[in-house]
Amino acid sequence: MERKGPPLVELKNISIAFGGIRAVDDASVDLYPGEVVALLGHNGAGKSTLIKILSGAYKRDAGEIRVNGEEATIANPRDAKAYGIETIYQTLALADNVDAAANLFLGRELVTAWGTLDDVAMEDQARKVMGRLNPRFVRFKEPVVKLSGGQRQSVAIARAILFNARILIMDEPTAALGPQETAQVGELVKQLKADGIGIFLISHDIHDVFDLADRVCVMKNGQVVGTARTEDVTKDEVLGMIILGKCPPGATPGPGAMVVAAA
Amino acid sequence: MSDATSTAPADRARSNELGPVARFLKATELDTRMLGMIAALLIIWLGFHIFSNGLFLTPRNLWNLSVQSSSVAVMATGMVLVIVTRNIDLSVGSVLGFVGMIIGVTQAEILPRYLDFGHPAIWVIALIVGILIGVIIGALQGYVIAFLGVPAFIVTLGGLLVLRGAAWWVTSGRTVAPMDETFRLMGGGPAGSIGATASWIVGIIACLAVVLMLFNGRRQRKRFRFPLRPVWAEFFLGGIACAFIMGAVWIANSYPWPIGIVRNYARDNNITLPEGGLFIAHGIAIPVLIAIGVGVIMSFVSTRTRFGRYVFAIGGNPEAAALAGINTRWVTMKIFMLMGGLAAIGAAISTARLNAATNAQGTLDELLVIAAAVIGGTSLAGGAGTVAGAMIGAVLMQSLSTGMILLGVDTPLQNIVVGLVLVIAVWLDTLYRKRMQ
Ligand SMILES: Nc1ncnc2c1ncn2[C@@H]1O[C@H](COP(=O)(O)OP(=O)(O)OP(=O)(O)O)[C@@H](O)[C@H]1O
Ligand SMILES: [Mg+2]
Repeated sequence: MERKGPPLVELKNISIAFGGIRAVDDASVDLYPGEVVALLGHNGAGKSTLIKILSGAYKRDAGEIRVNGEEATIANPRDAKAYGIETIYQTLALADNVDAAANLFLGRELVTAWGTLDDVAMEDQARKVMGRLNPRFVRFKEPVVKLSGGQRQSVAIARAILFNARILIMDEPTAALGPQETAQVGELVKQLKADGIGIFLISHDIHDVFDLADRVCVMKNGQVVGTARTEDVTKDEVLGMIILGKCPPGATPGPGAMVVAAA
Repeated sequence: MSDATSTAPADRARSNELGPVARFLKATELDTRMLGMIAALLIIWLGFHIFSNGLFLTPRNLWNLSVQSSSVAVMATGMVLVIVTRNIDLSVGSVLGFVGMIIGVTQAEILPRYLDFGHPAIWVIALIVGILIGVIIGALQGYVIAFLGVPAFIVTLGGLLVLRGAAWWVTSGRTVAPMDETFRLMGGGPAGSIGATASWIVGIIACLAVVLMLFNGRRQRKRFRFPLRPVWAEFFLGGIACAFIMGAVWIANSYPWPIGIVRNYARDNNITLPEGGLFIAHGIAIPVLIAIGVGVIMSFVSTRTRFGRYVFAIGGNPEAAALAGINTRWVTMKIFMLMGGLAAIGAAISTARLNAATNAQGTLDELLVIAAAVIGGTSLAGGAGTVAGAMIGAVLMQSLSTGMILLGVDTPLQNIVVGLVLVIAVWLDTLYRKRMQ
C-alpha cells in the first residue's frame, strides 16, 4: 500500500478511565486512506471505548487525535461527523420507536422548502441504500424495534454509509448477520476501501479480519499489544497477541506487549 | 438500485389472511388505538345520555363540555412531549395558578395606572407577559432537569410547591378581579364565541385544509412512486373528517344565547324582539378555537418538524439520539419551555373564564393533564404518544366529571370513579400494546 502524506486519522497516546478502570491506556493507532485496520482483542480489551473516543461519544482523559495531520477537536458526536467520521456502534444505537428512514437520517433530516420533514424523500433514499445492503428488506414503515437483529444491524450500517463518510468505524458490524448478509458487508468494505475511505474494523472473526484488513492492531487490558501488516503475521501469531499479549517479530510492539524475559 | 429491490423476494414473515375489517383498516391506515378511544368516548357519552334522561347529548351540554375541556387540552398537548421523553411535569397546575395571578395583576392593577380603562393593548400585554413568565419558568425547570441532571419528577414537584406558594405571594392571597373586557373573550360565554356565520366559515376552511392535506400526502408519495392508498379510502377519510367537522359546527350553532342576554342585546341594538324570541347561536367558543389551534400546531410540531422527530428519538433511545449528534439536553429544555408557555395559555383561558385570578386556580390540574395524556395513549415508558390522543383524553376526563355532575354524583364518588377509569384505561392500553407487539 502506498502511503503518501499524513495518515487520515492518528490516535496518539489516548487514555481514558472509568472510575478506577483504565479502559484505554496510552493507546496509539493510525489509519490511511483506503486502508482497513482491524482492532482485535478479548472482551473488555478497550476496543469499543477507543473508537468511541474517536466518534465523540466519550471524552478522553489524555492523548491527541489528528485528522489529515492536523489536530482535531472532537468533543461530541457532531464534531466527529463534521470530520466525516461515521460509526456503526456495537449496540447499534438506533431509536427503537421510529422507522428505518427516520433512523438513517436522525440528526440530519431532509427538509422541504418549508423547513418541514421530507419523509417521502428520506424513505426514497432509505430504500436505495438498504437495497444495496439487504435487498430483501421491505419493512420501511415499521419502528425498528419490530425488526430482526440482522435487519436492525443493516439499518445501522446503512446509516453510516449514507453520508459519504471519509472515515468509517465498524464495531462488530456483522455480529448478527446471516452468511449472505455478512458476505455483502464484506463486499461493501472492499468497495468503500476502493473509494479511498479509511475503515476501522472491530471483529472477533480472525478469518474475516485476514480477508479484509490491511493491518491489525491488537489490544489487551486497554493497552496496544502491537500493530502488524496482515501479510507479515500468521493467524496463530495474531491469536498469540490477543490471548497472551506476545508480540511476534513481524509486528511493531506497543506498550502492552509482554516483556520477554531475557534468556 | 431499484432493480435489486424489486427482484429480490420480500423479507417478511408470511402475513395472515386479512378479514374484511383488517383489510379496511389497512387501506385507510387508520390508527386502531385512536378508534378505540373514540369508541370509548362515544360509549361514555351515550351512557350518560341515557342515565341522565337525555341531558348529556344536547348542544348546550356539549358546548359547555368543549369550553371546560380547553384549558386542560391545551396543556395536555405539551405534556405529551414531556412524557414521550420519559420526563414528567407535576408543576403545570401551579404554573397555571402563578401565571394566572400575574396575568390578573398585570391587567387589573398595573396596566390601568398607565393606560385608559379598556385600552386594547391591555389584554395583549397581559397575555404576552403571562406567556413570557410561563416560558421562563419552564426554562428554569428545564435547565435544572437537562443540564444539572436532577430528575424531572423532583424538579417539578419542587416547582409545584414553590409556584403555588408564589401564586399566593403575588397578592398575599387576595383574589384579583375583574378582568379586561376583551381579555375575557378568551374564556368563552355568549360574547366569547364567534357566532353562526363565522363558525361555518371556520368549518369550511378546516374541511378544505383536510382535503388539501390528503391531496398533498398523495402527491408526495406519487413523487417517488410509493404505494398509494386506494382512492375510495382517501374519499372515505376525507368524507368522515369533513362530516365530523361540519357536525361539530352544527352543534355549536344549535346552542342559542340565553333569553336574558338576547333581550339585552336587542335593547342595546334597538331590535324589536319577534314573537317566538330571537335565535342567536353561540357558535364555536374562542377558548375552543384556541385549543384546536394549539392542537393543530403541536401536532404539526411533533410530527413534521426536526424538533418533534428529536423528541420521539430521545424517548425511544436517549443514548442513540445523543450519538446521532442531537443536542438532547437543549431539546429537553425546549420541551419544558414549551410546556410552560402552554400552561400560561391555559392560565389565560381559565382566568378569562372565571373573570378572576385566584391563588388556588389550577390546583390538581397537573393530575388531569397527565391523566389526559396517558389516557390519550402517551406511554409513560417514553417514545410513544400523540397530541390528538391527548386532546381526546382531555375531553374524556371532562366528560366524566360533567356527566357525573349531571347525574348528581357526590364529589368523593366522582374522584373514585375518575381514579378507577384512569387505571382501567391504562391497563387496557397495556393489553392492546402487548397484542400489537
Ligand atoms: N461507560 C462505561 N463505564 C464504565 N466502564 C466502562 C464503560 N465502558 C466500558 N467500560 C469498561 O472498559 C473496559 C473496556 O470496554 P470495551 O467496551 O471498550 O471493551 P471491548 O474491547 O469493546 O470488548 P468487547 O469485545 O466485549 O466488545 C471494560 O472493562 C468495561 O467494563
Ligand atoms: Mg466492544
